[in-house]
Amino acid sequence: MRDARGDMRRPVGLRLWLSGGWLTLLVAGAIFAPWIAPKDPLMQDLFLGRLPPFWESGTEPGFWLGTDSLGRDVLSRMLYGARLALVVALVAGTLTCIIGAALGLIAGYYRGWPDRIISRFVDIWMAFPPVLFAILLIAVLGPGLWSIIIAIVVIDWTRFARVIRAEAMTQGAMDYVASAQVAGRKRFGTMLTEILPNVLPTIVVLLTLEMGIAVIVEAILSFVNLSISTDSPTWGGMIAEGRTSVHQAWWVLVFPLIALFLTVLSFSQLGEGLKDRFDPVLR
Amino acid sequence: MMYQIKDLHLSLPDMTRKPLLGPAPRIEILKGLTFDVPEGAVVGIVGGSGSGKSTLGRAMLRLLEPTGGEIVFDGQTITHLSENALRPLRRRFQMIFQDPMSSLNPRRRVGGIIAGPLRLHGFEGVSARVDEALDMVGLPRHFSRRFPHELSGGQRQRVGIARAIALRPDFILADEIVSGLDVSSQAQVLNLLGELVRELGLTLAFISHDLSVIRRLCSRVVVLHQGVIVEQADTATLFDAPKARYTQELLQAIPLPDPFQKWL
Ligand SMILES: Nc1ncnc2c1ncn2[C@@H]1O[C@H](COP(=O)(O)OP(=O)(O)OP(=O)(O)O)[C@@H](O)[C@H]1O
Ligand SMILES: [Mg+2]
Repeated sequence: MRDARGDMRRPVGLRLWLSGGWLTLLVAGAIFAPWIAPKDPLMQDLFLGRLPPFWESGTEPGFWLGTDSLGRDVLSRMLYGARLALVVALVAGTLTCIIGAALGLIAGYYRGWPDRIISRFVDIWMAFPPVLFAILLIAVLGPGLWSIIIAIVVIDWTRFARVIRAEAMTQGAMDYVASAQVAGRKRFGTMLTEILPNVLPTIVVLLTLEMGIAVIVEAILSFVNLSISTDSPTWGGMIAEGRTSVHQAWWVLVFPLIALFLTVLSFSQLGEGLKDRFDPVLR
Repeated sequence: MMYQIKDLHLSLPDMTRKPLLGPAPRIEILKGLTFDVPEGAVVGIVGGSGSGKSTLGRAMLRLLEPTGGEIVFDGQTITHLSENALRPLRRRFQMIFQDPMSSLNPRRRVGGIIAGPLRLHGFEGVSARVDEALDMVGLPRHFSRRFPHELSGGQRQRVGIARAIALRPDFILADEIVSGLDVSSQAQVLNLLGELVRELGLTLAFISHDLSVIRRLCSRVVVLHQGVIVEQADTATLFDAPKARYTQELLQAIPLPDPFQKWL
């Protein structure tokens, strides 16, 4: 049993390193974009339109990943686009997590009428088709960074609430909870010091998953032009533009797609990696 | 008297037979139990599976609220005390659980598990007391850095004992604490518990379905059958001349060639 556990650690480490590495790179790129971006992401120059990436012939120095049809630098736009993607991922992911996990924890641990109210609410909420819900919300709120974030939170908190409720219920039936009561710990204190540490690994996995989802949602909304104003670069917007000229300039489409893919993949792997690395109990 | 139990009744709602509307029907689990636990005694509570032993134990520790009767702990009636009113008393009656895998928080270290209740009750010198408790149950002090899953079954149960005795309680309830262990660790844990009870002058209620274990440890025995006390007597009396039919059946079921061997 112990040997099998020893064997499992190695691929786990690799998963954490790769996903963590890419995300660190991305965060650094996003934070330092104004200093490291080779060009102004908005500057157009029609004479430099559709320059290929640096390894092909006919490039200009400084345009590492080429330019789009308006002559804007693809790398610089991707760096600035990463800012928006990450802000949405972090803010929307965290808010969704806090709201959903708190409600799930309360419902699953306290049971009784808090559980009945919260569970009923979740059921009603989940009866709405999510995509329609999102588009409706954005139509009402108007496009913008906060609209995307609110839409994600409003739609996805139920995922956390449901999963964490079930977890908290399982943990609440364990004897260590009764033991905390024997020791004289208050119910709220028991929830925070006994139950929460035991659902935390699940929360972390869900949180990083949610961040990946937030990146996709932001990209989709930018793709259909429901995101923030059109002049700030977004990965989804770049993909939408690149799609129209994919035969003349594939790089405008492919590079943002790769970034999007790697980011979503990394987020989804990060949680599992963190759990395997830091959770004392391997399940 | 440490505990006086008078006509204790307890029923729980049966959720499996709950109608769509309205309250669930209640099943009566304890049907009027009366017995005393004298100070310094080791009382065995024995009975078949489902006879209500654990329910009785949980009622005595007020993890469950009785629906009738009275529980008096050291002169104080605790039958319907609120959780807030119980809290100052809780240090004085402790419990050791059957399954340490479930009763020890898997994501806390042994040291934290023992220290938690101590901090809660405002003890001074917590880490010294944790070390002391580990010494008393015969675990090395560096085990306080370990997680429960890094211990053997017997060691885990010792942690459960250490957590209970660290608070210096007057009374401990042990609910089937050896039934999950193999025979040799069973003997070790039982010897340890016997010693601790003597050293610390504890009063102990020991729940078991195993009469041979009860015979080794207990001075008095309460036999429970389907929520009713069918017999209570001193250990020697009960084993020599069991009165109730159910007790006789239990004694015959002891998996030994001769259940009345004197060397037990
Ligand atoms: N939460 C509950 N809801 C309904 N019935 C319950 C509940 N808990 C226990 N019971 C019932 O009460 C009876 C007594 O249960 P209890 O756990 O006290 O038995 P026990 O004597 O400890 O048995 P064992 O030796 O198997 O541990 C059983 O018939 C059980 O089905
Ligand atoms: Mg039981």
